[in-house]
Amino acid sequence: MQKRLGAIEVLKGLNLDVAPGEVLAIIGRSGAGKSTLLRCINGLETIDGGSVTIDGAVLGGHELDLRSLRLQVGMVFQHLNLFPHLTAGSNVMLAPMVVKRTPEPEARALARAMLEKVGLADRFGAYPEQLSGGEQQRVAIARALAMRPKALLCDEITSALDPELVQEVLGVVRRLAAEGMTLLIVTHEMRFAREVCDRVVFMHQGMVWEAGPPDEVFSNPKTAELRQFLRVLP
Amino acid sequence: MIQFSLWDIVRNLALAARWTIALSLAAFVLGSTLGLAILFARTSRPLWLRRAASAHIELFQGTPLLMQLFLSFFGLSLFGIETSAWSAAVVALTLWTSAFLAEIWRGCVEGIPKEQWDASASLAMSYLQQMRHVMLPQALRIAIPPTVGFAVQVIKGTALASIIGFVELSKASTMITNASFNPFTVYGMAALIYFALCLPLSTFSRYLERRLRVTHRH
Repeated sequence: MQKRLGAIEVLKGLNLDVAPGEVLAIIGRSGAGKSTLLRCINGLETIDGGSVTIDGAVLGGHELDLRSLRLQVGMVFQHLNLFPHLTAGSNVMLAPMVVKRTPEPEARALARAMLEKVGLADRFGAYPEQLSGGEQQRVAIARALAMRPKALLCDEITSALDPELVQEVLGVVRRLAAEGMTLLIVTHEMRFAREVCDRVVFMHQGMVWEAGPPDEVFSNPKTAELRQFLRVLP
Repeated sequence: MIQFSLWDIVRNLALAARWTIALSLAAFVLGSTLGLAILFARTSRPLWLRRAASAHIELFQGTPLLMQLFLSFFGLSLFGIETSAWSAAVVALTLWTSAFLAEIWRGCVEGIPKEQWDASASLAMSYLQQMRHVMLPQALRIAIPPTVGFAVQVIKGTALASIIGFVELSKASTMITNASFNPFTVYGMAALIYFALCLPLSTFSRYLERRLRVTHRH
């Protein structure tokens, strides 16, 4: 897969296979192309070369393709971006209702189930501004899960949170991983990556620079760039 | 010569003011509808659609309403279309209103954080679904005060339709002045009627603005 933004090549011939149920951590310096990679997989960015293949279905860069890509892949972002004019429950119900035409009672039940999954069953009627940052991110996870995606992309979902709220969100991701959800997680939480992920991908200059099981990548980095990256971490 | 009492003046002006109101309403309702369509075009993805929308906005914001009225009145007849002053005025004011409202509303939609587009797009919503369920409900709150405020501009703008012979409040004032030789009273009364039409709207607009600032965002 290739991606250019103007003259800059953000992703250079990047190749990545993810098995169903696999939990993948993507690490690397800012500017390495981690977020761009997730945005391409979700179809938020068009790709300039290559393709995204899900369950054997190849998806190129056409508008319709992009939407069918998004139907199969959910995404949670770094920024808190719940719809502020809707309650937590309605945030979760909206896309199933308007995109998949799920009848309201069914969508409501689905939203309850998803909010329960992230431990917020009692916050159905709360507006985003009445929720903490951690709760907002958990609702965002529920909102993405309600579309029944085959994979969930998490783009630094704890970076905008106060430190004490990080664990409740990571806890939810941990549970999803245990349930067998396919997860691609861009994160700076190295301990979390080490404990939860099956594989760690180190990105550098728009390429997969090094990849492997967490123990191997963290304890025995092969490239100088990864050693350097791990050294400067707190 | 007929003697015009104050009552005659007021009565005739009030009758003409009905046409000012009718023209304002027509321009505002049609202009908002067209303006909404232009807003959708202006914020959509296809480049040609965005270009066409901004050309419309530039054209009608960048030329005097008076010229638009002349062109609408005389221009249509050049193509053999018989135009009454009423329909020419409605056409010109509708186009003019749509350009300004589309631009006001575009500002409101663009004021919504970009993350809202990402969030709704990642849920596989189409552009129209994003606008309908995510953007417009949020933009509406910001848009109401300036929109109501612009309605005042529309009412005052209808005065220019007098130039193509449409008999509304301003044209009636001129006609009554010519007959009564009492310009100060007549135009004074007309101004008061305009003021009475606009004041409630601008007060309402300010009230909405205040309320928007103090209440919750939902």
